[in-house]
Amino acid sequence: MKTFSKGGVHPAGHKELSNAIAIRNAEVKGTLIFPMSMHIGAPAECLVKVGDEVNEGMLIGKAAGFISANIYCSVKGVVKEIKDIFLASGMKTKAVVVETAEDFKPGEVQFEASDWEKLTPKEIVDKIAAAGIVGLGGATFPVNVKYSIPPDSKVDALVINGVECEPYLTADHRLMLEKTEQLFKGMRIIAKAINAPKIFVGIEANKPDAIQRMTEFAAKNGGDIEIVPLQLKYPQGDEKQLLKAVIDKEIPSGKLPIAIGAVVSNVGTVNAVYEAVALGKPLYERVVTVTGGGIKNPGNYLVKVGTKVGDLVEQCGGFTDDAVKLIMGGPMMGFTFSDLDTPVIKGTSGILVLSASEAKKGQRTACLQCGRCLKACPIGLQPTKLFKKINSGKYAEALKLNLMDCKECGCCAFVCPANIPLVQGFRLGKRMAPKPPKKG
Amino acid sequence: MNNNFIIESSPHLHHPDSTSRIMLDVIIALIPAGIWGVVVFGVHALIVIAVSIIGAVLGEYMMCKVFKKFTLTDYSAVLTGLLVGYNMPPAVPLFVPFLASLFAMLIVKWAFGGLGCNWMNPALGGRLFVFFSWTGYMTKWTAPATNFATIDAVGGASPLGFVKTGMMDFNGSVSGPIEYMKQAGYDVSYMDLFLGNISGCIGEVSALLLILGGIYLLYRKVITWEIPGAYLITFALFTWVFGGLKFTHSLFTGDVLFNLLSGGLMLGAIYMATDMVTTPLSSKGQIIFGVGCGFLTFLIRFYGSFPEGVSLAIVLMNMVVPLIDRFSKTKVFGVEPVKKGAKK
Repeated sequence: MKTFSKGGVHPAGHKELSNAIAIRNAEVKGTLIFPMSMHIGAPAECLVKVGDEVNEGMLIGKAAGFISANIYCSVKGVVKEIKDIFLASGMKTKAVVVETAEDFKPGEVQFEASDWEKLTPKEIVDKIAAAGIVGLGGATFPVNVKYSIPPDSKVDALVINGVECEPYLTADHRLMLEKTEQLFKGMRIIAKAINAPKIFVGIEANKPDAIQRMTEFAAKNGGDIEIVPLQLKYPQGDEKQLLKAVIDKEIPSGKLPIAIGAVVSNVGTVNAVYEAVALGKPLYERVVTVTGGGIKNPGNYLVKVGTKVGDLVEQCGGFTDDAVKLIMGGPMMGFTFSDLDTPVIKGTSGILVLSASEAKKGQRTACLQCGRCLKACPIGLQPTKLFKKINSGKYAEALKLNLMDCKECGCCAFVCPANIPLVQGFRLGKRMAPKPPKKG
Repeated sequence: MNNNFIIESSPHLHHPDSTSRIMLDVIIALIPAGIWGVVVFGVHALIVIAVSIIGAVLGEYMMCKVFKKFTLTDYSAVLTGLLVGYNMPPAVPLFVPFLASLFAMLIVKWAFGGLGCNWMNPALGGRLFVFFSWTGYMTKWTAPATNFATIDAVGGASPLGFVKTGMMDFNGSVSGPIEYMKQAGYDVSYMDLFLGNISGCIGEVSALLLILGGIYLLYRKVITWEIPGAYLITFALFTWVFGGLKFTHSLFTGDVLFNLLSGGLMLGAIYMATDMVTTPLSSKGQIIFGVGCGFLTFLIRFYGSFPEGVSLAIVLMNMVVPLIDRFSKTKVFGVEPVKKGAKK
């Protein structure tokens, strides 16, 4: 079975908490919060004001610039307030607060379906842009930008990311099992948009049922979609590691996958693309895994974007008594937060609540120079050296040791027996490092 | 509504290994060889080990007071003390291991900043300090209880020391060290060397138990194969090619097994050359380090004035670790290695 060659770790999966639980619709109630910035790029321009009536699927934020994304309301209701809020990542952004109408019934709004097979690539990309789709794996990069292939580049392969290498998360796993047909259509749509001759789907071996189901579908669907089972290893869901594993090519440092003729999309994104292009439905809800030892009833939910985390947790039976850590995303790269009014955004793949025993960390000691971080780093960096440079303020020297190639995957800090907060150090270093001179 | 959830940087999961767990694993792996040492050399050996540990812990405690830290719970001081004890001859006066441990802690470890900052293996530093200060005490051996009659007859000499001294004015021709010793009235077999029915330092005699401990450490992933592997293979290779010259006067006749099983090689290669703090970070660097240790051990054992070269070889290689680290850079994903001679 294939995998990437350098580094990687094997954290305990804990996927059994939710991987057998089918996706359910989350309830909608009370107020929802729509940040104008839940993507990489410029914040969307707010189109509503306090007192305005809004509806499910209504555009409330307009993409401001090429790298930006439209924001849609997910409920029927009234704009109560427009204020600044903090996202789980700590970023401050303007947000629209909507009070749900009493008579709101989800799914009442009808969208205009279209025959995507008759659309040109340009029309497909435009529809994707209009629907406000961003990478749902967590990077939240506007997908229409990714699918606008520069004229001097050619796509050899579309690689679909079904790896879901973060422990605990099962949203993509459930999608592959429950929305298989949609996903295959979605892949065809993307392949048409970017003119990809070949489609690969990478799935890690801890999802044998998904591999089997997807393989069966692929067999019925012509030969150009290949399901690639991958050996279990974190962080295989990162596009660098995924492409190394699936097509055995390395993305050059600082470049995008298109540099090696590849485009990578997450299965969640594929699902959103299908709904947007074939069904005409913009992106305002997504599958979120609510899980962890600190949650009474873990599960997978189709959640309206803007739903407050507190409301979602309440539907899952609430917190257990020993819940100590609230995380948006997975345990390896997710952000901790404490405000239960923080909204679910487009990039929220999971709400993870760790119990005291799960969040247990050892005592921090001095660095032993054991070199485990070097062996774990999938990029081949020297984490301990980098950390020491940053700790002593030598940011420029850290840059020379390829600090900017660090993706903060957390492998180094995961294995560190001295419990040194390496990733935190690298985040600091990246902020403090002198900016490279602009080319040209 | 705000709750008291922990706010901190990812990752939020952690591998169960910790510094203290690593130290504890090495201590566990060393215990059988120590028990064997006490069984064959008597209760004084146990007291030597105890005094070594007390000296090391005392040294660490003193420095903790000075630096206002508390690091005794990481067990690294206990481990250093244990290794100092294992590197002592069984009958050594008690002040020697005590001073060795204190030196290891105060000078070798803490003068450079404590755990993780020292460039020399503390236990070896301590051993070398007392070795050159009280060479007489440090080279006086005791015959093991399991092979007392044979070895006491030759004054308790260790096989390596016996061969080294004897070969100085030897002009004849024998097949190898075992046969040479037999002719000189010192009858030990490979099995004696392997099991530890020989004289030597308290913790170094039983190759079998040291190797078993090494397998445990490999299984626990506390050590990796690079250093012990490169060390033992390099040493074995040089010994095989050149080690027989003195005995048979021809190449490729060295007695590899005798040299691997005698002296402190197993203790050094598995437990001391693998000390994380004083060895290179990368796989590549660790192999270079191991090869260097193997080559230097060969040089000192066969051409130096001491019968044993393990501790000196490791300490010499400790010195060049920063250099090795500098030249054994890892390849960064998606970055082409800079070609030789090309300007940065």
